[in-house]
Amino acid sequence: MSDDSRKPGGEAGTPAPEEPESGSRRHFLAAAGTAAMAAALTGCKNLSMEEFVQHNFRELSKPEIQEIVKRLEKEYSTKFGKKVTVGLEPPMEGVLFGYALDLSRCIGCRRCVYACVKENNQSRDPQIHWIRVLQMDKEKGVDILEADPYYNPEEVPAPGHFYMPVQCHQCANPPCVKVCPVKATWKEKDGIVVVDYNWCIGCRYCMAACPYGARHFNWGEPGIPSEEVNPVTHYLGNRPRPKGVVEKCTFCIQRTRKGLYPACVEICPTGSRKFGNLLDPGSEIRYILENKRVFIFKEDLNTQPRFFYFYGV
Amino acid sequence: MTTKIPRASAAMIGSGAQAARFGFLLLLCASTTGGFGAQTQAPKAPEPSPSAAVAGEEAPGGQNIQVPPPPFTEGIFPCTQCHDGKTVKLNTTRRKLVDMHDDIVLKHGPNRWCLDCHSAEDRDHLHLVDGELIDFSKSYLLCGQCHGDKLRDWRVGVHGKRTGEWNGKKQYLLCVHCHNPHGPRFKALKPLPPPLPPSQIKAKEGGKP
Repeated sequence: MSDDSRKPGGEAGTPAPEEPESGSRRHFLAAAGTAAMAAALTGCKNLSMEEFVQHNFRELSKPEIQEIVKRLEKEYSTKFGKKVTVGLEPPMEGVLFGYALDLSRCIGCRRCVYACVKENNQSRDPQIHWIRVLQMDKEKGVDILEADPYYNPEEVPAPGHFYMPVQCHQCANPPCVKVCPVKATWKEKDGIVVVDYNWCIGCRYCMAACPYGARHFNWGEPGIPSEEVNPVTHYLGNRPRPKGVVEKCTFCIQRTRKGLYPACVEICPTGSRKFGNLLDPGSEIRYILENKRVFIFKEDLNTQPRFFYFYGV
Repeated sequence: MTTKIPRASAAMIGSGAQAARFGFLLLLCASTTGGFGAQTQAPKAPEPSPSAAVAGEEAPGGQNIQVPPPPFTEGIFPCTQCHDGKTVKLNTTRRKLVDMHDDIVLKHGPNRWCLDCHSAEDRDHLHLVDGELIDFSKSYLLCGQCHGDKLRDWRVGVHGKRTGEWNGKKQYLLCVHCHNPHGPRFKALKPLPPPLPPSQIKAKEGGKP
């Protein structure tokens, strides 16, 4: 179950099925047969043959990936009426992402929730939020049974309460990856847990396995107004998703792999959100882990999150 | 692709000497000098203009960190426009201001008044408890005289907000961008709408609501 067992390019793992020369009669029949089967089995008129026969992202060769990206960019650009790019930025060398959130300073204003929705092309209708802010009672401490995600006072922070935003913890030991029956989700070298939306079968085992409620399912066709679509996307991140797949926070993979802070860090008005490279001893995140009181959510489950809570005061 | 080894500069900011001197009175208060009326609540990522950056050996955070200029009320700086010693006569008597700056409510610790922080002799500067004049762009040194622990955290990027690149150029905010020096408590905000409860989420076409 090592996450490195399958390298991109298909050289490891499953031997590639014999590759008939393109244009041969056999190839044609196989392709036609698959397409017919695709239509019959899925009942999905919109699924192209290329999409149906596409392999797991990690088994694809570079030319195949390029081809797919081109196809997707064309598809998205047509759908939303503007140029949408699909990036493939790989993990940086010597980088392991970490996140820390200051529980003593978060005021529960939910600016991060909506900045994330916008940046990551989450469905507006039906609604999907990757970040959920829990309102907790100061007297009770972090107690999930007492947590209220639907709070809506005139002003926050409400007296006697504190706030705890929860999103994907990018676990080093991710239960969601373990349970995926088709390996459509995996941990990247920089610690980000990603989903191949074209390989996901929508069984939602991962959602059941995740103790943080961080995974979300597209029950319907995602609804995003064209003018609000973020056209800068990543294949493993915020590209528009189809109906019937699971999605989750990726630490804004399309931003952070270019060196930018995630959108939630940028928007937070209190500066409660901290992000950086765990392998860089001079980073903010390392300072926090070494000098502050750090709290790991559901630590007893041994998920080993790379998302930490701390008390900055 | 990008292979540069990220190096978040948690470089020490400024001179640490004045950083933590506890037990002294202090902190900004407005006087006949400029007003910090316009407090930037919920600051957006500041648009850093190169000229606005605090440069030099005391740049907060090293060469890769830019800080926007202090949030003055428009048209109020330089303070010597009025406080030139002639237009407005120097009056160092502790008093309630009536003619000007009467909109400023000082709610910052007990027993403070304007000239605890604003320099009486040079109104375009602030002064530390030892009398050293500092620029408004270095007001964090003044704040740090009492709030030494916060200044320490701010220098390493833990207190306060950094935006930009986690492994490169960053923007930082001064204390006064989030905390009005005359009333530093962070103002409450209206929360954005709560998520819909599952019962109200309807799948669209084909999803059979």
